[in-house]
Amino acid sequence: MTDITHLPPDTGPSFDLAGKDIAAAGQWRLFWLKFKKHKIALVSLVVIIFMYLVAAFADFIAPFDPNATNARFTYAPPQGLSLMHEGAFRPHVDQLRMTLNTESMRREFTPDPARPVPVGFFVKAPQPYHLLGFIPMETKLFGMIDPKPGDSMYIFGADRLGRDIFSRVVHGAKISLSIGLVGVFMSLILGVTIGGVSGFFGGWVDLAIQRVIELLRSIPTIPLWMGLAAAIPVGWPPLRTYFVITLIVSLIGWTSLAREVRGKFLSLRSEDFVIAARLDGMSEIGIIFNHLVPSFMSHIIATLTLAIPSMILAETALSFLGIGLQPPIISWGVLLQEAQNIRAVAQAPWLLFTPAAAIVISVLALNFLGDGLRDAADPYEDVS
Amino acid sequence: MTKTLNPSGDTILKVEDLRTYFPTRTGVFKAVDGVSFELQRGKTLCVVGESGSGKSVTARSILQIVDKPGQIEGGSILLTRADGSKTDLARLDPRGRDIRGIRGKEIAMIFQEPMSSLSPVHRIGTQIGETLRIHFGIRGNEQRARVLELLKQVEIPRPETAIDRYTFEFSGGMRQRVMIAMALACNPSVLIADEPTTALDVTTQAEILDLIKKLQQSHGMAVLFITHDMGVVAEIADEVLVMYRGKVMEKGPVDQIFHAPQDDYTRRLIGSVVKLEKKAEVRVRRAEMPTETPPLLEVKNLSLTFASGLKAVDDVSLAVRPGETLGIVGESGSGKTTMGRCLLRIYDPQSGTIDYRRTDGRTLDIRTADNATLKDIRREVRMIFQDPVGSLSPRKTVGQIIAEPLKLAGMKGSERDDRVAHLMRQVGLEPAWRERYPHAFSGGQRQRIGIARAIAVNPRLIVADEATSALDVSLRSQMLDLMMQLQDEMGLSYVFISHDMSVIRYMCDRVAVMYRGRIVEAGETDRVVNDPSHDYTRALLSAIPHPDPRSRRIHNRFRYEPAVKRAQFQPMDKS
Amino acid sequence: MLRFIIKRLVFAIPTLFAVSIIAFIIIQLPPGDYLTTLMADWASQGGAVEAGTVAAMRERYGLDQPIYFQYYKWIAGILTRGDFGISFELGRPVTELIWNRLGFSLLLSVLTLCFVWAIAIPIGILSAVRQYSISDYTATFLAFFFLAIPDFLMALSAMYIMSAWFGQSVGGLFSPAYVDAPWSFGKLTDFARHVWLPVIVIGLGSLAALVRIMRANLLDELSRPYVTTARAKGMSEFELLIRYPVRLALNPLISTLGWILPAVISGEIIVSVVMSLPTTGPLLLRALLAQDMYLAGSLILLISVLTIIGTLVSDILLAITDPRIRFQ
Repeated sequence: MTDITHLPPDTGPSFDLAGKDIAAAGQWRLFWLKFKKHKIALVSLVVIIFMYLVAAFADFIAPFDPNATNARFTYAPPQGLSLMHEGAFRPHVDQLRMTLNTESMRREFTPDPARPVPVGFFVKAPQPYHLLGFIPMETKLFGMIDPKPGDSMYIFGADRLGRDIFSRVVHGAKISLSIGLVGVFMSLILGVTIGGVSGFFGGWVDLAIQRVIELLRSIPTIPLWMGLAAAIPVGWPPLRTYFVITLIVSLIGWTSLAREVRGKFLSLRSEDFVIAARLDGMSEIGIIFNHLVPSFMSHIIATLTLAIPSMILAETALSFLGIGLQPPIISWGVLLQEAQNIRAVAQAPWLLFTPAAAIVISVLALNFLGDGLRDAADPYEDVS
Repeated sequence: MTKTLNPSGDTILKVEDLRTYFPTRTGVFKAVDGVSFELQRGKTLCVVGESGSGKSVTARSILQIVDKPGQIEGGSILLTRADGSKTDLARLDPRGRDIRGIRGKEIAMIFQEPMSSLSPVHRIGTQIGETLRIHFGIRGNEQRARVLELLKQVEIPRPETAIDRYTFEFSGGMRQRVMIAMALACNPSVLIADEPTTALDVTTQAEILDLIKKLQQSHGMAVLFITHDMGVVAEIADEVLVMYRGKVMEKGPVDQIFHAPQDDYTRRLIGSVVKLEKKAEVRVRRAEMPTETPPLLEVKNLSLTFASGLKAVDDVSLAVRPGETLGIVGESGSGKTTMGRCLLRIYDPQSGTIDYRRTDGRTLDIRTADNATLKDIRREVRMIFQDPVGSLSPRKTVGQIIAEPLKLAGMKGSERDDRVAHLMRQVGLEPAWRERYPHAFSGGQRQRIGIARAIAVNPRLIVADEATSALDVSLRSQMLDLMMQLQDEMGLSYVFISHDMSVIRYMCDRVAVMYRGRIVEAGETDRVVNDPSHDYTRALLSAIPHPDPRSRRIHNRFRYEPAVKRAQFQPMDKS
Repeated sequence: MLRFIIKRLVFAIPTLFAVSIIAFIIIQLPPGDYLTTLMADWASQGGAVEAGTVAAMRERYGLDQPIYFQYYKWIAGILTRGDFGISFELGRPVTELIWNRLGFSLLLSVLTLCFVWAIAIPIGILSAVRQYSISDYTATFLAFFFLAIPDFLMALSAMYIMSAWFGQSVGGLFSPAYVDAPWSFGKLTDFARHVWLPVIVIGLGSLAALVRIMRANLLDELSRPYVTTARAKGMSEFELLIRYPVRLALNPLISTLGWILPAVISGEIIVSVVMSLPTTGPLLLRALLAQDMYLAGSLILLISVLTIIGTLVSDILLAITDPRIRFQ
């Protein structure tokens, strides 16, 4: 008794010829199959994993202490890393020769190809450090081999105190990328709880929560954040400032999540399969965890991924204005404070463009990734 | 704009070896594969087939409005123009001026979903008048006057105000009339109707069919009518084309198709339709039900008013006896689904009683039962849903779905696994498929999964809400047979909710007719069908197309005019 | 229609009230009231403060009263006398400082919105109609790229490019000669010469978002049955596109005004700080850094009120263009 007269719809579902595997493929497998087709999202996923790894192993990857100053190399330009020297594989940078421009009273640096500074991998660290905070290490991923006085290796240049921009950007990733994650986590808790309550109870609770969300969304974010962030006392310890700033940037983020969760709750609540579960005798809690949560999990993951970049951008903007994180904390926004006026940028464009590139690449990758996840979030769309 | 009416009978459209293909990632889908037919002036050709047969794509190919990525691969579509010349539509550029001059002017088309096929933000007068502007450059007052005349022709009440309204202010039937007015604007010689009545109730369907017939006669049009409903075919067709998987199975005069089908598929199709025209064999043979047994379920004065003020269930009383099937029949918006859901307390009715007799003989009011009792009762009273897609969680395997009620009833381990396997065999599914997800199953198979879930905990009563409406006709009787077989095996009672009188007649012992939240008539199915006492039932029955071209009857059907006159323009209705 | 507008207006009142409370909270947030800050300020300048003066000022601002009374005094002052309090840093009433700048903020935002809409709609249409073409991919990629660049970074980069490549220093909305000059044709052209860069910088992010939305909306609409209906009437493809799917795709776009406007105003503030434009942005930042809370709070309040009014206008616009909303 098979349904020989039943035919797939005109366009033909894609699983038709893909074999029996698909018939027994669960939600996450279908999700992955669909996500895999989005090539840019796939590349972005790799980029994001790479960036978070860099942030996690910042101490190992950054060749220098991000706060180590060197008065000799104020605003030193990027020294290009070359792999070959005189026909042999010998990674090096050219030593910088400094001259004083008597006209502008500025120091000028010129690379001197005759004096290579040898660069090696897995070199001894300037000081011992703890990787991830607890593994004692004395090796860095790369650095100068046996530096002599006058040698330097600023692959992305130096700032006005002669600090290594590359090391600072790598260390900045720790704060800037984690603020996105922590902020999203806070949004998740706020959004899922409030959105769930709103969607589940409905009625006046729902109405009230929806009004609050509408209100929060109608206020321009930057002035609101500025107002709240400016109230953080200057004397607070960095960690506390960090958390309060995260809280402030997630203050808006949760609203979109809450809307998503509520919408899903409301639409799923009247789905036949949820009613069927209720008739099967499943408790409300059971329904939520067995049916509702699995149904919107993938949507939430996509929404969360799309929320991370806006948090990174928010932190960056606040810190840039000088009312977010403050030095000595290093974040990409704090680094950009150095590039606040156009004169500094004109003199040392790498102050602007190095952290900017880090921000743009991570935000771009997260957006593409979120887009791909969102497209794959409902793997049943074209199947059923 | 009068046109000399050519005598009927000459060929106006000749389609030969039409092939329309859809390239997909995995290959080419041949939606229309070598279809040929002729369309004669003043005649109606019905193209009939089940879902996926390519009948709709055939219709769209004629006007070259096939959705992307579909394309006409070959064949010819010869249209005889007013001046006697012939044009091959298949050769024309789909975006070109030539085909545009034919669309809407010489060949017009109406569609299945009048709501989504009309723009929601343009007034209907604008949408109808547009055709006049495009083809004849008629604008302004002249256009308005002509549109008013068209609205009158399609019998839309109060055309002067209707012309400035939006589609969502009309009911489904009125919207379809607007579509027809639009199609008639330029006096086309061919009208293509693509399932124009599928989304409508039977009484509305009958009115629209009447209208099309009337206009066809007055305008001398050839009509190409696409439908899946053999009843409609029998009522209106002159010629019939049966399609299956993109190919023509059989074509011929309507009488031959119904009474002397040549092709196997046609025979099966007609067979499954005719089968549903009478009571099922197993029910005819079954011994008389004892009438004096106390009812299993007795509903008294049940009422439910939604927060919106809609009185969905209005003072409904009915009884279900053990082992019998009670049919609830009604059109959309009659409250039948809501009523069915009240029986399981998916909705909470405000007043009345739903007395359910437990196995020990005590009765219990479901309407006021507390949560614990309700949980118990819901193991004995189960539900089968209409939508075989929405009622199965796409994230669970079939095994998990069927096992869920067992699990919640406390059954464990291998006992549960064995039971699931047994249930799957019982409903005609391979137990080996238990690890598959619902997306791997066809509509009919999914409905079987739903039935397996419903009978898993050995219930006594099943509320089946439009359980066969989403299925093609050939599957419908299979599903009903399965349900009756299970009924006899397990001693089940059914409350069978449907809008389709034929499935009710096929399987129900008794039937209750619902109209606007009330039960207007109830009784033995045979009695209600053959000798209805209420005017509404009479109107409903006489509007049902009868799958026999030798006894056409909907054109002289009984019309029901309720005491309270319908509002001229209904707000958004369910259709 | 009138009923719809009145309903929306009534709905806006609680929102306005809530916004005023948020602004007041921000005013109250910094530790101590602003007299303490004022006294600390005077003390740092070496001046002694007489106890009597402090007590008098306390009473004048109701600072020794309960918090709701202070709110009442503040909001009543605004509503009845247009008195937003005093900027203690500048020693002048807030009202004297803000209106001019608020005007420029509004002007800049409106110009940006016009720019964004005028560009986003055609690009979105092109992108949707030519789905998966080179131009679609280019538009999509550029949209993502501009979405990833923070406003201030865009401003700084634009300024860097203008000065490094074109040798032009940009900043402000006027040349020095025109800053205090009365409006004239010369001033207007000077304004136009300055204003285009900030408008582009502020707008690019929202532009990218709108292109994405327009594309998605239109793709949705293009596959609707009414498009086939119109095609079956014999309408030309271009007329059909403009008359039906584009017309319907614009409706959700109008409702995006509700969040595009806050985004544009946010962007305007931060871009103004970087490009030193005479709008509310730099004033707000300075006020916040100096904890000049009455000035800051008033600015936040007024910016938010402007946004709410903008959202209201977009709601009404939507009702005009979409009968389904009107008849709800």
